[in-house]
Amino acid sequence: MGKSINVSLIGNPNTGKTSLFNRLTGLNQKVGNYPGITVEKKEGICKLDRSLKAHILDLPGTYSLNTSSLDESVVVETLLNKNSKDYPDVAVVVSDIENLKRNLLLFTQIKDLEIPTILVINMADRMQRKAISLDIELMEQELNTRVVLVSARKNIGVDDLKKAISEYKNLKSVPCVNASTIDPEYFETLRKAYPKQSIYKLWLVITQDVNFGKIDRNRDLEDLKSSSFAVKSESDLKKMQHKETVVRYQFINSLLTKVLNVDKSQAKDLRTRLDRVLLHKVWGYLIFFVILLLIFQAIYDWSTYPMDWIDTFFAKASSWAQTSLPEGPFTDLISEGIIPGLGGIVIFIPQIAFLFLFIAILEESGYMSRVVFLMDHIMKKFGLSGKSVVPLVSGTACAIPAVMATRNIEDWKERLITILVVPFTTCSARLPVYLIIIALVIPEQEVWWIFNMQGLTLMLLYMLGFGAAIFSAWVLNKILPIKRKAFFVMEMPAYKLPMLKNVGITVLEKTKSFVLGAGKIIMAISVILWLLASHGIGEQFTNAEEIVKEQYASQNLSEEELTNKIASQQLEHSFIGYIGKGIEPAVRPLGYDWKIGIAIVSSFAAREVFVGTLATIYSVGSDEEETIKNRMRAEVNPILGGPLFNFASGISLLLFYAFAMQCMSTLAIVKRETNSWKWPAIQFTAMTVIAYFAALAAYQILK
Amino acid sequence: MSDTIAHLKRGEQATIVSFNEEQVPLKLLEMGCLPGNVVMMMESAPFQDPIYLNINGTYLAIRRETAQQIIVKRHG
Ligand SMILES: Nc1nc2c(ncn2[C@@H]2O[C@H](COP(=O)(O)OP(=O)(O)OP(=O)(O)O)[C@@H](O)[C@H]2O)c(=O)[nH]1
Repeated sequence: MGKSINVSLIGNPNTGKTSLFNRLTGLNQKVGNYPGITVEKKEGICKLDRSLKAHILDLPGTYSLNTSSLDESVVVETLLNKNSKDYPDVAVVVSDIENLKRNLLLFTQIKDLEIPTILVINMADRMQRKAISLDIELMEQELNTRVVLVSARKNIGVDDLKKAISEYKNLKSVPCVNASTIDPEYFETLRKAYPKQSIYKLWLVITQDVNFGKIDRNRDLEDLKSSSFAVKSESDLKKMQHKETVVRYQFINSLLTKVLNVDKSQAKDLRTRLDRVLLHKVWGYLIFFVILLLIFQAIYDWSTYPMDWIDTFFAKASSWAQTSLPEGPFTDLISEGIIPGLGGIVIFIPQIAFLFLFIAILEESGYMSRVVFLMDHIMKKFGLSGKSVVPLVSGTACAIPAVMATRNIEDWKERLITILVVPFTTCSARLPVYLIIIALVIPEQEVWWIFNMQGLTLMLLYMLGFGAAIFSAWVLNKILPIKRKAFFVMEMPAYKLPMLKNVGITVLEKTKSFVLGAGKIIMAISVILWLLASHGIGEQFTNAEEIVKEQYASQNLSEEELTNKIASQQLEHSFIGYIGKGIEPAVRPLGYDWKIGIAIVSSFAAREVFVGTLATIYSVGSDEEETIKNRMRAEVNPILGGPLFNFASGISLLLFYAFAMQCMSTLAIVKRETNSWKWPAIQFTAMTVIAYFAALAAYQILK
Repeated sequence: MSDTIAHLKRGEQATIVSFNEEQVPLKLLEMGCLPGNVVMMMESAPFQDPIYLNINGTYLAIRRETAQQIIVKRHG
């Protein structure tokens, strides 16, 4: 075993940090969360030479060490806390040759913390086209550090970087900008009080909370906060930070005039021309719309093929288990609880993979920022920003990847609101329910010559879902007591061809984190549901077979019909059947009977279960739509007489499904993304209450 | 009344003169929005919000209300 050192990758967003991380670690990486918060933590191992390994941490992208978001505070915490196990032996600051001036701001700050620092200048492959030349040697002298030119895309300079890291002992840890010039007196007293600490580190600890609320973490300088040095008022500290920025830029400007040479006449601008079209007030929106359609198509349509295969596979696996394992409760658990539970997780993989494939491509190419730009004004009105658009739109396919896609939203309040409202959008799981009920209760009639009543109803339901999401966002923005960053500054990155490797790793990582994170919970709940549906107490349940056989003895039923009858008798008297009967008084005012009650209860696992459950209860063997539809049409309301599924109860059901939070997978992923059960619990309760009262009102008015 | 970034037309350039320190986030300064630097208006979304700029070589988008806080002197 060789020695291992800690290396932190730090850099502005979009400098290619992640690409470089992928180059250094390959698939040798793992993604987790920082303890207690939702910021993603990426770590990996890179072998430097035979006796030295680097433990590489990809820190979130940040523009400076003056924190204004959770992501950024993670970076500062890591760099300030010498006792942390992540504290770097070497900081590798990644910069982009085309944005060197801005990128160097962060570099000077890190250098001033007196941590051994290497400067990586990435995207070297673009130097020639942009006619940029750089005097690396002079730069190394001026900055007192190693400077390495790299192209993560073309895999150039990565070995030089590894070598530079392995020689970390030679790096000098001396500051490069003297920040104390902004207020010499103040800094002198600081230095006297803490002679052993880096002066800039002290300053950072003092100013850390000015722009961002504090998170508790043990820190060796905790006492500084309460000491007399914190006496400066917040606005004084802010002014000093402004000054500091100016001082740093002065340093950077004078450095760059010496080492950097850009021949502006050579630069052709693809960006300007593309942005003319993609951000056009008409074409821009049209193009975005077409891209959305394409993504929809993929998630809706293309993913049905792999989803069908998965479905068939798990159905086969289940029946295989049933026939080839020894009979008994354990086999039942495997074949009816665990295998379908697993299937319920795996079935989502195609949709998730497709969505993230597209998102990764849009993001890598730089187009995502344009979407945010186009949509920001509209979304602002509802307390969201352009960044919530992608999750809301993906929600129409499936809320699970949509919730995961909110990670791009930096502002926590905005992200939370988006997560909370996304499940209102009409996801594909609602579709089977909508289709069957619409077919039952809405007449197939033409209106205004071209529109079909049923199609129109479906469209209205989509609009209702979107409206509910937007409206609740507006309400949540008003009532949630979370402070938000009151501003919006977004970098518009250059357009680039997506890197396959990056896209591949993103899709893989997201899918894996879904399967491992939400998977466990989905699994557990499906096993519980199965237990409730397959177990019961009392004569009626345990002797279901005899009772049914006796009842139908005269009717000469086929084997299959008999099995179906037995299954429905068992379900009626299983625990879940009792639950259905138990909630009947609650659902009767909505126009439902206990059977629909059961279907609703089991739909809390996943909405699409509705049709299947009704099929079991009505003992229709297959859940082929035609037969169930006929069966449902024939169903009679036990109290009022007349068809059970009429216009009033149908609309009531549609509304219930439109609003209710009936998807444990989504709840599981919300728990994962918000790191607490509190938010999914609130979401579940609020949505179900809204659904109940909407359905109640609809039924009572229409009946 | 003096011009602000929000007054610029597409393609127009100007030099940043000053801004209200309380209203303009530090983040924007860090991105190079400092007095003396040149700003160019790239595009704007409908309703002039948000606005897409090139400040000192950095391309970024800010909302209209922020742009209105930054006083500039138009070129030419
Ligand atoms: N031309 C060129 N493009 C690169 C290079 N390295 C990365 N890119 C591209 O730059 C863009 C940003 O890369 P990322 O690795 O996602 O950057 P990041 O710094 O991790 O960005 P955040 O995840 O937003 O912090 C992507 O489109 C990459 O394909 C490079 O060496 N040359």
